[in-house]
Amino acid sequence: MASIVNSLLVVVLGLNLFALGSSRLNAVIRIVALQGALLGFLPLLIHQPIGLAAVVAAVAAIVLKGIVIPIMLTSALQRAQIKREVEPLIGLLPSMILGALVTGFAMMFAAYLPVAREHSDLLLVPASLATVLVGFILLTTRFKAISQVIGYLVLENGIFIFGMLLVDAMPLTVEMGVLLDLFVGIFVVCIIVNHINQAFASMDTRRLVELKE
Amino acid sequence: MSLSLILIAIVLAALSGAVGLGLDRRSAWGQRLAVALMVPAAIAGLTGAGLALAHTSEPGPFATRSVAVPTTMPAGIGSWQLLSNRPMLVGVDALSAFFLVPIFLIGGLGSIYGLGYWPQAGHVANGRKLRFFWGTVVAGMALLVVARHAFVFLLGWEVMALSAFFLVDTEDHLAEVRWASWLYLVSTHVGTLCLFAMFCLLRLASGSFELTSLTAGQAGPGLLTAIFVLGLVGFGLKAGIMPFHFWLPGAHASAPSHVSALMSGVLIKMGIYGLVRITGLMPPPPLAWGGLLLILGSVSGVLGVAYALGQHDLKKLLAYHSIENIGIIVMGLGLALVGRSLGRPDWVLLGLAGCLLHVWNHCLFKALLFLGAGSVVHATGTRQIDRLGGLAKAMPWTAGLFLVGAVAICGLPPLNGFISELFIYLGLWRTTGLAGEPSAASVAVAAPVLALIGALALACFVKVFGAVFLGSARSGDTQSAHEAPGSMVGPMIILAGCCGFIGLVPGMVAPVLQRAVGSWAGAAPTPGEALTGLVSLKWIGMMNVSLAGLAILGTVVLAKRTHLAQAPRVGTWDCGYARPTARMQYTASSFAQFVLGLFHWVLRPHGQAPVLRRLVPPPAYFETHVDDYVLDGQILPAARFVQRWMARFRGLQRGLTQHYVLYILATVIALLIWTLPIHQILARLLAR
Repeated sequence: MASIVNSLLVVVLGLNLFALGSSRLNAVIRIVALQGALLGFLPLLIHQPIGLAAVVAAVAAIVLKGIVIPIMLTSALQRAQIKREVEPLIGLLPSMILGALVTGFAMMFAAYLPVAREHSDLLLVPASLATVLVGFILLTTRFKAISQVIGYLVLENGIFIFGMLLVDAMPLTVEMGVLLDLFVGIFVVCIIVNHINQAFASMDTRRLVELKE
Repeated sequence: MSLSLILIAIVLAALSGAVGLGLDRRSAWGQRLAVALMVPAAIAGLTGAGLALAHTSEPGPFATRSVAVPTTMPAGIGSWQLLSNRPMLVGVDALSAFFLVPIFLIGGLGSIYGLGYWPQAGHVANGRKLRFFWGTVVAGMALLVVARHAFVFLLGWEVMALSAFFLVDTEDHLAEVRWASWLYLVSTHVGTLCLFAMFCLLRLASGSFELTSLTAGQAGPGLLTAIFVLGLVGFGLKAGIMPFHFWLPGAHASAPSHVSALMSGVLIKMGIYGLVRITGLMPPPPLAWGGLLLILGSVSGVLGVAYALGQHDLKKLLAYHSIENIGIIVMGLGLALVGRSLGRPDWVLLGLAGCLLHVWNHCLFKALLFLGAGSVVHATGTRQIDRLGGLAKAMPWTAGLFLVGAVAICGLPPLNGFISELFIYLGLWRTTGLAGEPSAASVAVAAPVLALIGALALACFVKVFGAVFLGSARSGDTQSAHEAPGSMVGPMIILAGCCGFIGLVPGMVAPVLQRAVGSWAGAAPTPGEALTGLVSLKWIGMMNVSLAGLAILGTVVLAKRTHLAQAPRVGTWDCGYARPTARMQYTASSFAQFVLGLFHWVLRPHGQAPVLRRLVPPPAYFETHVDDYVLDGQILPAARFVQRWMARFRGLQRGLTQHYVLYILATVIALLIWTLPIHQILARLLAR
């Protein structure tokens, strides 16, 4: 079981680098959707035996992150009719290299963390740290409102991986609450994206500086 | 039984304004429904409080301090527990019931008064808001008074504080009103912060969030003093004890008049309730606490009335009088605390009885005065004393009732203010009889201070009544003045009747006071002597009745003689001029000038006086202001300094979300470094 989980996490880490490296927004949305859907299988793999709670959590996560949110983002992108490129602060290649460095750092750092024995042969902690940091890179180096949302999604995926450590301790309601928060957050942002676009004729969040006091 | 009635009343009151929210803004039915719910709530609440006051057992025989102290609060009658293993949440004892009476009395009367004063038809924009928060503020206050658990108390406290903010902010289109309400909001939040800290310390001492009494062994004097000081600041900010009074004048002046009546009559008393409750839970306190309260009370009393003399705004003047009366109330509490520290049950009894009775009395006459001021504002549209005048002719009922309130607030017989101040006087005089206790004898200095307060209050109300109701009209504002409608006069008559009742038959309230004092001093030596044994209330009542009779007789005789003599009608205060104008009248400002001069050193009145240089001087004007020393002299400059200092951090606000995310990342990394054994990790990394 541990080998399946680990290989899944490695795929997730690879998807992080893809998300950093692609130049088209639609592609990034799809990559993050795949990442979220893959992560949705994690509770099924880690929960033994599989209970109803784990199934509900997994299905909800896969449907929401893999299907609903990508559709919402894509349609927001179409309505806003913007250039479908990411326009990063630092180039795509440098941000990929930065992502790789961060992943390596997370691996090294996690090796020295005091983790409970049953988790010690899983890659959960380093994958989680790396995904969170990649989320931060996406958040800080991309200027379009949609790419900010994507960064936030990646960040949330990282937190989701970390939550797998507590999977036995965390009740279903907490997981459902987190998913609901995520959904509402994205929903609101998709509306805001439209409004930013109308008000500033662009989706560049740098224009929001005008709102500063 | 009584507790259930009170809880029903709380629910009814909270719902009273909510029902009308769904109705059309122009319909008068929302207001009628609110009154129709609030009046039964008031009746239920008053009945519940009355039952609780009537049934509480008499305090036991005098208990000396060697008797083992009970560790729980006197349970009172009926404590309400949700489940047997849950903590006690609410309960009623005589002290709670005592404070419930003003809450429901003014809550109900003010709601009726609002029918005439703030009709929905004339206040489409804010009438519904006002009634909604009127209901919640009454419910919040009642909840905090019956609370037996810190969380319930704070819940009620915050509901009250926030509802009051929205009530002050009723006319939020006026900049002055917004400023006053923001100031109130800031100060009430500072107060609540202190209360949070206080309840945490209380839990540290007692081991639970329930309001149970502490014994001397449970906490050291340092912890107890910290609790007391936090409570003094937190509750003092609400009560308006000087120097924490700065929010009070503006908020009382800016709110609609029945809201001012509720705030001044009841809401600020919640601060007093908190102080009385918390000090009642404490073991016998050090002498310094009572001394501090006596000093603060004296300062509030004298300076409150001195500031009142300097005001030109009728409602602001009344607001400063609230600070004065809070001062008197705090002096009574201070005397009671001194009595507890020195083991003098008679001081405790007289001081606390004076304190509590003055709470009732101030609620009655200050609400009466604010409602009277509301009628004046309603009729003339101005609060400026120097623009009013001669209103007694147009509004005889309002004038007469205002006069009753003015006599009561000055502490003159035969009305109720006299009785409560008499208790405090008697208590203060008793302190001189203790030989060999110099610290106790110095307490007696407060007696002349109380006398000074009374004299100044009298001067102030002569000024107000003379300038507003007597003389002749000073400006066009008063031309269209008319008597207030019955829905406004009725509540005032009830309040004036209560003032008269307590003044004329003080023996009737003595048992109630005795019970309330008994439940405060639960852990302390319970005074065995009855209040009636210390003060011969029967004789005082008879004297007051005869005095009132003489006064009425004299008025009737005088009126008859004037009527018979058919004296010519001339302008008042025309100083012998053949053709006086209304502007030549003695003004309120000039009347107060002498006393303001005496208090020049603290009030610092400033203004513009004309200098007459030429033979035919050009048109000139004269004006004076009295700024509040604490607010305008200390707090605002300090706030400006903080604002300037904090402006340095403005650079951090870049307006770019990317930067904000970076700040979060930096914080996360800093926290990681701080929490993880980073040295070990680095050492192991380097050792490899």
